[in-house]
Amino acid sequence: MVNSALEEYRGVWVLAEQREGQLLDVSIELLGEGRRIADKLNTQLTAILLGYRVDNLAGDLIKYGADTVIYGVNKLLDTYTTEAYTKVICDLIRGRKPEIILIGATNIGRDLGPRISSRIHTGLTADCTGLDIDLENRRLLQTRPAFGGNLMATIICPNHRPQMATVRPGVFEKAKYDDTRQGNIEKFTPNLKEEDIRARVVEVVKEKGSELKLEEASVIVAGGRGLGGPEGFKLLEELAEKLGGVVGASRAVVDANWIDKSHQVGQTGKTVRPDLYIACGISGAVQHLAGMQNSKYIVAINKDKDAPIFNVAHYGIVGDLYEVLPELIKALDNIDEIMENIK
Amino acid sequence: MNIIVCIKQVPDTNEVKIDPDKGTLIREGVPSIINPDDKNALEEALRIKDEYEDVRVIALSMGPAQAELALIEAVAMGADEGILLNDKAFAGSDTWATSTALAEAIKNIGEFDIIFCGQQAIDGDTGQVGPQIAEHLNIPQITYVEGLKLEASKVRAKRRLEDGYFIIEAELPLLITATKALNQPRYPSIRGIYEAFKGDRIKVLTAKDLGIEEYKVGLKGSPTRVSRSFTPELKAGDLVMIEGSPKEQAEGLIVKLREARII
Repeated sequence: MVNSALEEYRGVWVLAEQREGQLLDVSIELLGEGRRIADKLNTQLTAILLGYRVDNLAGDLIKYGADTVIYGVNKLLDTYTTEAYTKVICDLIRGRKPEIILIGATNIGRDLGPRISSRIHTGLTADCTGLDIDLENRRLLQTRPAFGGNLMATIICPNHRPQMATVRPGVFEKAKYDDTRQGNIEKFTPNLKEEDIRARVVEVVKEKGSELKLEEASVIVAGGRGLGGPEGFKLLEELAEKLGGVVGASRAVVDANWIDKSHQVGQTGKTVRPDLYIACGISGAVQHLAGMQNSKYIVAINKDKDAPIFNVAHYGIVGDLYEVLPELIKALDNIDEIMENIK
Repeated sequence: MNIIVCIKQVPDTNEVKIDPDKGTLIREGVPSIINPDDKNALEEALRIKDEYEDVRVIALSMGPAQAELALIEAVAMGADEGILLNDKAFAGSDTWATSTALAEAIKNIGEFDIIFCGQQAIDGDTGQVGPQIAEHLNIPQITYVEGLKLEASKVRAKRRLEDGYFIIEAELPLLITATKALNQPRYPSIRGIYEAFKGDRIKVLTAKDLGIEEYKVGLKGSPTRVSRSFTPELKAGDLVMIEGSPKEQAEGLIVKLREARII
């Protein structure tokens, strides 16, 4: 693409994600960040909404900061399918030429983003944790974890448009709802046929309540390779339950399949900031530390006194977690007695 | 039936250390492994091979010469052959250029029924190459798969979402990305290891062999660039060590936490 062709591309788009008529939080976060970026570029913020009978969401997207909502209505867009969504969005991109597209890095956004970027032939940066603008070239500076989160990299897409990024949920603050905001809603009916969808969703199953909300927990008891095996998590669960908390894990043990990925804390897992974070047998890879260092109180229990986890901890215990944790569980039961004794 | 499994050799990122002064990765002595999710992809292909007759499993990788070891391991696990795309022209490829090269290699192989990829690689974590290959080949994709049934010329897949799952059906050919929940990868067998090291199972192909124009791959063919890299910022805590026997340590900690009104 020559530079004059890049000039044709203007405007920031957010692909708003709805499931069963509910707007996802990450879409509201992207509207906040998208607004900031659009203002910096002195351009418009557009939200793309696809679905069926979700008119009320179109209005909400304006109130959350979009100047325009392009709202595609079709029964075939009711539930997400890769092919229908890709077709409609690619047609819109070709017709309207936005310079930036932001997508939530959900299990759906991470399916849709690469399919679009591949069809349009442009760059896509996955799982961004920071965005900024280089005003001189109107470049989107896209920062993301690299090498398992051990490094951060800022990625640019100099010669192709649109510049596309998926953004991790929870990274940006949600946009404020402003009831007085006005904007355009462009409603249209995309031309779609059943045959356009080769991978068909035949069943949608909701698992409410099964979702682990690590980000919202006030206490996290996390385990790493020092546990020695998946059985070790039973002890952590016991302690977490006593403290009214949940169990977290390092990337190493998730990769080793000791525990589900939904428990993973770190740059490539979830960023958490509980009141109390107890790291058990976690040595403290940079990517893990970056995802939990803003916890209010960090307790590290590790055999190795030189483990990097102690660098971010407030309280450190050098010892065998299989000796310390049972004592800790016992001590929690006798807490009043212990407090009495130190007086 | 032809099944192609895309695998990536990755540094074991859990073993990667950072040079704190330079802010760069210390790669020396870091073991290379088959990307974990790719092993689940391979396992699923091998299960189909176990169950049906006339199934051929081809492991495909792009990378430096040493990535041949990952393909040898794949053959040792049960793949029929391995193909390595190895050429300086591929160096510096982003996901777009990588998927372009892999899609060309797949066209070169000819007929295929299923392409399996891992959900994402532990070094890049993008999860993009699978869907991008599917788009280049104009076939459907099902990502985040944690359950799969093959019924004649159709698959039925359980596809993970954050708040539940989809059941998705599609006709072959198609591309599947595998999660860890899909299966438990097998270990190489003795016979497999023997077969793998006989030496005639791995083919190495260059950009020229595939007839790919060089401007489409490598750094030149990549829409994205790394403009800078740095280590995540860490702030130091005010560490208080709690000494003594395990019992004393546990009780000492409880006292501190109670005094801080945390528990």
